[in-house]
Amino acid sequence: MAYNLKTLTEKEERFTGGHRMCAGCGAPIVVRTVLRALKPEDHAVIGVATGCLEVSTCLYPYTAWKDSFIHSAFENAAATVSGAEAAYRALAKVGKVKGTTKFIAFGGDGGTYDIGFQALSGAMERGHDMVYVCYDNEAYMNTGIQRSSSTPKYADTTTSPAGSEIPGKVQFKKDLTMIMAAHNIPYVAQTAPFRNLKDLYEKAEKAIYTPGPAFLNVLAPCPRGWRYNTPQLMEIVRLAIETCVWPLYEVIEGKFILNYKPKNKLPVVEYLKPQGRFRHLFTKENEGLLEEIQKEVDRRWNRLLELCGEA
Amino acid sequence: MAIKDKLSGNEAIAVAMRQIDPDVVAAFPITPSTEVPQYFSQFVANGQVHTEFVAVESEHSAMSACIGAEAAGARTMTATSSQGLALMWEMLYIAASLRLPIVMSVINRALSGPINIHNDHSDSMGARDSGWIQLYCENNQEAYDNLIQAIRIAEHKDVQLPVMVCYDGFITSHAVENIELIEDEKVKAFIGEYRPQHYLLDRDNPISMGPLDMPAYYFEHKRAQAEAMKNAKRVILEVAQEFEKLTGRKYGYFEEYKMEDAEVGIVIMNSTAGTAKFVVNELRKQGIKAGLIKLRVFRPFPFEELGKALSHLKAVAIMDKADSFSGAGGPLFTEVRSAMFDYAKDTKAVSYIYGLGGRDVRPDEIMSVYQDLLEIARTGQVKSTFNYLGVRE
Repeated sequence: MAYNLKTLTEKEERFTGGHRMCAGCGAPIVVRTVLRALKPEDHAVIGVATGCLEVSTCLYPYTAWKDSFIHSAFENAAATVSGAEAAYRALAKVGKVKGTTKFIAFGGDGGTYDIGFQALSGAMERGHDMVYVCYDNEAYMNTGIQRSSSTPKYADTTTSPAGSEIPGKVQFKKDLTMIMAAHNIPYVAQTAPFRNLKDLYEKAEKAIYTPGPAFLNVLAPCPRGWRYNTPQLMEIVRLAIETCVWPLYEVIEGKFILNYKPKNKLPVVEYLKPQGRFRHLFTKENEGLLEEIQKEVDRRWNRLLELCGEA
Repeated sequence: MAIKDKLSGNEAIAVAMRQIDPDVVAAFPITPSTEVPQYFSQFVANGQVHTEFVAVESEHSAMSACIGAEAAGARTMTATSSQGLALMWEMLYIAASLRLPIVMSVINRALSGPINIHNDHSDSMGARDSGWIQLYCENNQEAYDNLIQAIRIAEHKDVQLPVMVCYDGFITSHAVENIELIEDEKVKAFIGEYRPQHYLLDRDNPISMGPLDMPAYYFEHKRAQAEAMKNAKRVILEVAQEFEKLTGRKYGYFEEYKMEDAEVGIVIMNSTAGTAKFVVNELRKQGIKAGLIKLRVFRPFPFEELGKALSHLKAVAIMDKADSFSGAGGPLFTEVRSAMFDYAKDTKAVSYIYGLGGRDVRPDEIMSVYQDLLEIARTGQVKSTFNYLGVRE
């Protein structure tokens, strides 16, 4: 059936309104779209790593989650959900479960690229039938915008501040999607809430209904950390994709597929300019830094094109 | 008819786990507990259990997966030692606060550093305030019996707390002893089916677990957790009574050995109690009124019962196989003496820290402790409250 956002939004929401996520935050859009990909008849067990999403959606005695939900700690969403999935398999053997239950873990980039990386790698390697969704906002936002290994080079964060000697974070962003592809699991995809959410929805559906482990890396801008005007959320995502800073691709059983190739690849400055975290780069003396970022974006993009057979 | 066998402590625990047939076991290898998941995974491979065995990539993930599994509604077990338990630390508290009746064997081993694979109690003693029930075992039989009882205690509706069954690394875990096993079907009947009240896989009643809990509610939740631990005191005895009916083996909060008319005694845990009983027998042959208390239940702490049990002694030595580095005795000493303040004020108490990092504890050393106690009893004077036994000073 062809993708139709209007029809799909008529499905009952599994993630309710009234949660406390910020206006202009990408994460709730990611969550709502991923959960929309569940079949209405299926139940879900959802695990969330400590972070903005968890503290803003499940504050005792309230919850924004209509499915079963568990939060235990920061670094272990993958391990926790893997245990629940093992329980499902064990109880299914003795006829103690009814219907189909799907298992989904959400973590921010801090809980995924950094502190939760080991648990993620372990759960994926073990082959649990689950989806891990990283909502990547490129820093530890819940604690107040500290750099993570996902933070892009030269971004200004509270622990990689742009100063008179050091122009923000000095390292490039870790390429987690490629690392997860190297786990040789059935399904890995990089996506974002882009345009009418088709790319994100379809990848979520594939991830949830592909048997075995799946990983989604989803760009989820943060207005506080990235310092853009909240209504610009979707525009920021669009620019990340049109500049090839965040390419949309998937890896199905080891095969790389490019999902979107910009007709006119925009210069990376178009993406950096509306974001306060890169403001310090737009001075005469920092021109070289912008060139360096462009060069690395191009290098990674060209390599991806090769992997996807599009070069 | 009970089954007579010869098993190591780890084998006995693995056999108990086979009989319990939990839904999920998630574990990671660490000496000296490694054999437990090793033996158990063979039972899985041979189809002798229906368990899903999750061979995780760390102990942190072991406890995290246990939490996920137990929260999902599965009877869940694991085993670890030392650094493994230390790596689980964060999750131990969360397992207890989520009121998940996970049962874990802790094969006691010294904590690093320096790294040491041998026995002391620094690992489980360090986890004493994590909200887990802690049962301690002198030998293989007790390890086996306690593990089976632990399931019932943990899952009781008035408790719903995780349980650690602690026994000594190598001394108990690897030494083969005679043991009486219970028939498989009797174990099955004793533990019963696991029927959690609220669980993630109950699709008709979805639940959110592990919320952010602010000052308006957090304290009430911790208070309820504390009440569950108090309830465990009653449930531990109820389960022990039922277990005695099944096996004839009697369990309580602690074992009193020749305490009735004793004038001096020691309080001790796990395998060294066996050595100490030998010393008590030797002293009794000389007409010396020596006794011993071996603590089985450290959490919940039997404050009143233990305090009263020491009230008729002239002097008692509380022996810790762990140091708390407070400069004021080990953890067992601190708590026992606190109980004595209310219930055994006239009994002199001294602390001995012994056997760290697997240092052998010989009968003559325990004999020297009793000699010290006899001197205190005779003079009424304590020369040294805080002592180390069997160490080169």
